[in-house]
Amino acid sequence: MSDALTVNDLTCNFDVSAPWLNRVIERKPQQFVRAVDDISFRVPMGGCLSLVGESGCGKSTVARLVTGLYRASEGEVRFAPGKNGQPLSAQMIFQDPYASLNPRWRVRNIIAEPLRELKLRNSEAEIMERVGELLTIVGLAPSDGTKFPHEFSGGQRQRISIARALAGEPEFLVCDEPTSALDVSVQAQILNLMRKLQDEMGLTYLFISHDMSVVRHMSDRIAVMYLGRIVEEADTETLFANPRHPYTQLLLETIPDITHPKRGRSIAASEVPSPLNPPSGCTFHPRCPFADQRCKSERPEMRNFADGSRAACHRIEETAKAIHAA
Amino acid sequence: MTETASSAVLDVRGLCVEFPGRHGTVSALSDVSLSIRPGEILGVVGESGAGKSMTGLAVQGLLEPPGRISGGEVWLAGRRIDQLGDKEMQNVRGRQIGAIFQDPLTSLNPLFTIGAQLVETIRLHLKLSKADAKARAIQLLKEVGIPAPEARYDHYPHQFSGGMRQRVVIALALAAEPKLIIADEPTTALDVSIQAQITSLLRRLCDDHGTAVMLVTHDMGVIAETADRVAVMYAGRLVEIGPVGDVLKNARHPYTRGLMGSIPALGRRVERLNQIDGSMPRLNAIPTGCAFNPRCPEAGPRCRKDRPEPAPFGSGVAACWLNAGGVL
Repeated sequence: MSDALTVNDLTCNFDVSAPWLNRVIERKPQQFVRAVDDISFRVPMGGCLSLVGESGCGKSTVARLVTGLYRASEGEVRFAPGKNGQPLSAQMIFQDPYASLNPRWRVRNIIAEPLRELKLRNSEAEIMERVGELLTIVGLAPSDGTKFPHEFSGGQRQRISIARALAGEPEFLVCDEPTSALDVSVQAQILNLMRKLQDEMGLTYLFISHDMSVVRHMSDRIAVMYLGRIVEEADTETLFANPRHPYTQLLLETIPDITHPKRGRSIAASEVPSPLNPPSGCTFHPRCPFADQRCKSERPEMRNFADGSRAACHRIEETAKAIHAA
Repeated sequence: MTETASSAVLDVRGLCVEFPGRHGTVSALSDVSLSIRPGEILGVVGESGAGKSMTGLAVQGLLEPPGRISGGEVWLAGRRIDQLGDKEMQNVRGRQIGAIFQDPLTSLNPLFTIGAQLVETIRLHLKLSKADAKARAIQLLKEVGIPAPEARYDHYPHQFSGGMRQRVVIALALAAEPKLIIADEPTTALDVSIQAQITSLLRRLCDDHGTAVMLVTHDMGVIAETADRVAVMYAGRLVEIGPVGDVLKNARHPYTRGLMGSIPALGRRVERLNQIDGSMPRLNAIPTGCAFNPRCPEAGPRCRKDRPEPAPFGSGVAACWLNAGGVL
């Protein structure tokens, strides 16, 4: 299967320095935060890759870099050629359905905007016909087009958001936490809709979420991010069955499980360090139960495994060596 | 529930809340009855707008006017509190009921050090000298797992991370050793790894102090790992209440079953999630009969006509005609 999206050595720095005058007076240097630090991944055509991680790990920044809403400091984002020879067209679904729809526009105009902007339909009648079709595809009625966003519930708004994304006839959808603002029962409706659309239209998804159970349901492959870096990437089943990186293990350990509740466990207090001043070596070492001197000083390289997964951890490498030596 | 009523910390009987408005009165809660024993965590779950937070607010006497309690009784440790005046209620809040809200940033005052906020709360409710109050504040910070509490005492809220702030909020709620803590979505704004720390902290405090906790959340996973009993709400009504294991595994009410089925499972992968079609009715347009009947896969003519009353079933209570054993 060919790749729909290839991301190579992508880095994104944000300037978070104090204003110029303050810097001069207080003699402070410029300060940068490395939100995304040298990451590479591929998304196969028609597949779904998920990026997971805690808040502040850079997953939403990657989504915005991929769709071109932020400019990369280094590295490249390359879409494969689509139907017409041009790079695949990408659209994005945002997290908050309350903030991502213009409250002053009628729904039909919100959905028609990409059609008009990209000149996908010629006459106004054709545009409105297409808007009606799109509303039907996402499970709303064409007559809902005359309403305003505030007349809809969160789940319905997210459907409008999906209809708007589909209006641009994308082959690639970047979904940034599309269900985290929704109730579980509504979340199920939206996830089912997204799966159905993927099957029917052959869409490729880059799916961003912090919810491991949602990610497991949606994706073929998962990349785990920690402080701007990918620490592990594997097929969904492999990752859940055999998490290699201690951070992935921690993430899986902490998800509340309804079928097998882990009651009575106690978790040592640990927090995500500030990305402004990331720890040396492996950035996970302050929280890692297996960290040693080497982890504090040396950044682990990404290592590929026979089953197609990869992880960046000294311990995995050392255990592999020990087994090999024995 | 009658046998627990005497020993219960919180006993809510037939609570109704309504909001009079220009277009008629909207009933936000109707006939909600529940009780919590000392050291017990009662989880309250449901979709947004189901009335879970409203229940917590009504118990604390924090309903925004024109909302008012229009029926039922609220008993706290053998004393009826729903008819108390504002002054007396202020005394109950903080002293006997501690509150933890969703967003730890907005529930702390950014202009005061957390030490000052703790001491203020402690001295408001307990007769302690400044020095004793400070000692207690540091003790509380230590108890909720804040490292180096003596140094952190003088820090401002913005110097804490989200998880640490929520610990401070819990310390504030515990300040006067309340009998009941109402925690409204205490982990929703936090990352999963931090969420697990906060729920295990709540669990531990509950066991150590015998505090009763009402844990309002929409996250079934949190309930499964933390609560002893769970109450499921739908459209302002209690549809099911029972021990957590029974409700999660053998739900009696079709709504609870639908809710459980819509959660992506970790253990196995399914092609399509179970979904409950449609959405919860608006509070001014609740269908006659069972409020869930338009979305219920098992609804019959009786469900559309008569409203089922909560009835004991096995170890719990469910409001569904299926349990009444009658014809639908």
